Parts: sequence; C-alpha cells; structure tokens
Amino acid sequence: MRKIREFFIEKIILLNGFACILFVILIFYFLAKDGLALFKFITIQDFLFGTLWNPLAEPPQFGILPLFLGSLVVTLGATIIAVPLGMACAIFIGEIAPRWMREVLKAGVELLAAIPSIVIGFIGMTMLSPIVKNLFHLPTGLTALTGSLALAFMAIPTMVSIMEDSISAVPRSYKEGSLALGATHWQTIYRVIIPAASSGIIAAIMLGIGRVIGETMAVMMLTGNASVLPKTILAPVRTMTATVAAEMGETVRGSEHYFALFAIGLVLFGITFLINFVADMARHRKKK
Amino acid sequence: MKIKPQMKQKIAFILLGLAAILVIVPVVLILAILIKRGLPAINWQFLTEMPRMGMRAGGIFPAIMGTFCLVIGAIGVALPLGVLTAIYLVEYAKKNWWTRMIEIAIVNLAGVPSVVYGLFGLGLFVIFFQFGSSILAGSLTLAIMELPVIITSSKEALMSVPRSFREASLALGVSKWQTIRYVVLPNALPGILTGSILGISRTAGETAPILFTVAAFYLPRLPKSILDQCMALPYHLYVLSTQVPNVKPALQYGTALVLVGMVFLLNIVAIIVRAHIRSKKQW
Repeated sequence: MRKIREFFIEKIILLNGFACILFVILIFYFLAKDGLALFKFITIQDFLFGTLWNPLAEPPQFGILPLFLGSLVVTLGATIIAVPLGMACAIFIGEIAPRWMREVLKAGVELLAAIPSIVIGFIGMTMLSPIVKNLFHLPTGLTALTGSLALAFMAIPTMVSIMEDSISAVPRSYKEGSLALGATHWQTIYRVIIPAASSGIIAAIMLGIGRVIGETMAVMMLTGNASVLPKTILAPVRTMTATVAAEMGETVRGSEHYFALFAIGLVLFGITFLINFVADMARHRKKK
Repeated sequence: MKIKPQMKQKIAFILLGLAAILVIVPVVLILAILIKRGLPAINWQFLTEMPRMGMRAGGIFPAIMGTFCLVIGAIGVALPLGVLTAIYLVEYAKKNWWTRMIEIAIVNLAGVPSVVYGLFGLGLFVIFFQFGSSILAGSLTLAIMELPVIITSSKEALMSVPRSFREASLALGVSKWQTIRYVVLPNALPGILTGSILGISRTAGETAPILFTVAAFYLPRLPKSILDQCMALPYHLYVLSTQVPNVKPALQYGTALVLVGMVFLLNIVAIIVRAHIRSKKQW
C-alpha cells in the first residue's frame, strides 16, 4: 500500500518537473497561433520593416519599426545609466562595504526591486517628468529619456544581485595572491576580481536588459506614447510593450489589429527568450 | 603628475560608495513622497468604502479586496506547483540534458515580459478555456508568472539542507519520499516561506498581466465568485493617474501608498524571516 502511494507521489513530482517546459511551449503556442494569423493580411516584411504603425488608418498600417526603435532607444538609454551604477554598487557591496552597511544596502536594493512598476510610473509622471521638461526646455517631459531613467533603476537590482553573486564567487586565493604581490585592494578589484567574474557580470547585464525590454507599465506612462520613428532621446517614443498594453483593450477579437498585437507579443517573446538563453549560457559556463 | 595607487584607491572607493548610495536614493525618495502626500488621504473610510463619483471620491476597498483575491489565488496554485518542481530538480533529477531543458525553461519563464503573460492569459484562460475576464483567469496567469520565483527560492532552500540529514534518514530504512516529507521539507520550510512571501509581493504589484485577464475599470461592488471580474490596486492606480481626469492627487498618492506599503511590509517580513533563519542555522 505504502509502496503504491510512494510510486504515485514520485510520478506526480516527475510530471511537475515538466510543467515549466509545458508552460513555455504553451506561451509560445498561444502567441504564435494568433500572432501568425496577421500574415494572412499583410506580409512579414511590411510588419517588421514598415515605418508606420497606425491601426486606425484606412487601410490600417502595422509596421513595428517605430515601436521596435522606441524600445531600442529606451533600452539603450537605461542600459547606459544602469550598467556603471549597478556595477559600482555590486563592487561596493561585495568588496568594500563593512558588514552592517552591506546588509543595509542589500535590503535597500531589494526594496528598490520590490517597488511595483506602476508606482515607478506614477512617481515618474508626477515628479521626474517635470524635472526633465524644465531641465531641457521641452514641450513635454514624457520622453525616451524619462523612461530610460526610470527603467535604469528598475534594472539595477537585477544586475546588482547577480553581479554581486559572481563577484563573491571568485576564489579567495585569487584575491590573496594579488594582495600578497603588493597590489592595492582597488588594483586587485579591477585587475583580478572583475576579469574573473566577467561572465557573471555579462549575464547580469543581459538579464537587466531583458527586464528593461519587457517592462510595460512604467514605460507606457513615461515615454509619451508617440508612435513615430525616434530622432532624439528627448522626444516622445512608444515601445512595443506599451503598444500592446495600451491598444489591446480597444481591439475586436479576431481583427487584424488584434492579431498584430499578438505578433508584437511573439516578437517580444523571441527577443527575451534569446537574451535569457544567452545569459544563462554565460552564467553556466562560469560554474564549470 | 602621477597619482599614488593608495590615493587612486581612496578616490575609487569614494566614487563606488556614492554610486551605491545613489541606487538607494530613489527608494527613500519615493517612500518619503508617498508618505508625505498619501498619508493625509488614508483613513478608515478610504480603506473600507466603495469608490464614488466615478472614482473621484470614496475609498478603494474593492481594489484592496480584488488584489487580495488575486494574490491568494495565484500563490495557491504556484506554491504547490513550484515546491514540487523544486523537489524534483533537487532530489530526483539526474544531471542530463533533460534537466538542463527544465532549468532553461524556468529561466525563460522568469524573463517573459509581463505584458506577454497578459496576452498568454487572454489567449489560454480567457478565450480558450472560456473563463472570461475573471479572477480565475487572472490568478492563473499571475501564478505561472510567479512560478520561477517560487521554484528558485525553494530550490535554494532544499539544497541548503545538508546531505547528512538525508543520509541519516535513509540509513534508518526510511523511504525516499518519507525522507523528503519528514526530514528535508520541514528544514527547508522557512526558506520556502521567504520565497513565497517575495512571490506574493511581486504579484500584488503587477499590472500588465491582469489588464486583459481580470481587471475591471470601475466596479463598486465586491466580486461574488471566482468567475467575476474585480478591481485591483495596481490597475486602480493606473486608472486614477492616467484615465480619469480631475482626480484629487491625495487620492492617487493614497492608493500608491497603500500598494507600496503592502508590498514593502511583505518584503520586510521576508528579509526578517531570512535573517532569522541564518542566525538560527546550526549546521
């Protein structure tokens, strides 16, 4: 009796192990099912390289190039801000800060990660965007830069925690060897520890970028949502994620517009899948 | 002029320290702003009354209850699923390409954009399973989204239970499942709990996955069944701050403060529980 019960429990656990693979496949399937239906109406080239996104025009235009570039500009901006800050923070936490300060900083970074994206968007709208507007004398404070600033701080916690992990995973003997040769602590950090932790640091940056590309609510509230080809970082842009979130409510199920939004979802899924896959490979290599 | 290495080190460390502080500044600022502007709006009526006059007055009670339902529903599904998956990976799985596939799947689930989860929930739960826009559909969508968080933290908790515990139990003739059930799980429980609290706090603040699967724009009554739509705090904040004109700022800040307060409280509990486990650990 007990044997039989045990047998079933083990099978249930086994099945559970596969659930995650099933979910990834299901997500892909349901995005592809509706997303690919778009190409009965327009060609893939028109979708990927069309420079006009205007679902209400006659005939409707579904070119995602401006949305893709919008995502790209915001992501690049956020990455440029987040990488140096995140790296500095991780090094400080992992190598320099005394114990009590480390705990405080780590808790702070965790709380930063915990702030919901909608709250960042709200505070960004009311506090950050007027500052950007006045600083650069712009007609509106809702720009790609505003989005980048907010997103940088949303990516930093992801980056810091993984970077810090890989910095503290560097064997002690490397550090001691360098110090024994007369190098200062700082020289040891940037000549020995950072190179030794590099694959983890690269993985951290990629996962941070993945988080930024997929971010939706804050970006929708902060970037001004103008679906035009972005010319400067001080102009309003519209990202892929914001387009899906903002327009899904107004579409008719089974319309071209509806399919087009699923197709954007499919593109997003593909991009983040690729980034996460590569980042995971980089992290895994480190362990060997 | 050549700067001495010691001097360089001093300058570098000061810069690094400043950067670390700069990262924490937004947390403090956001909290300070929300408390200063939101606290005056919060009172008993605000927390327990229905919204009135197109959400320009009254309370946020249905939004709080809605978020509560969604969070409970999501963790109710994700916790057993996640813990069992972690048990499989730590206790049963062999190191082969199949296990590697599962790990990659988990990493990718963690990376899927929240709005894409929304599309997926719409396609699978709302339309294919015909749950409609409902608490059921929203909870399930959120559950799949928080699954990677639960799995990762449960895995860590299980792996931190020493091998010797398992060996001692197995040596006494106890079967593998009983060892897991009576020896490994109880010791890993606090760690699993921490992960679950963090998972809950994350789902409580998510907006994009519930946009198309459950969230009601304005519904001044409580949901009656899990097939009803409901309001939710994060979506309510979104509506108040972008969709409804002439909302008193105090109302917006108050809603944001309640949401952040909830999320922070959960996180602080998790941080304390974890610190407690670390200090108590005897192995």
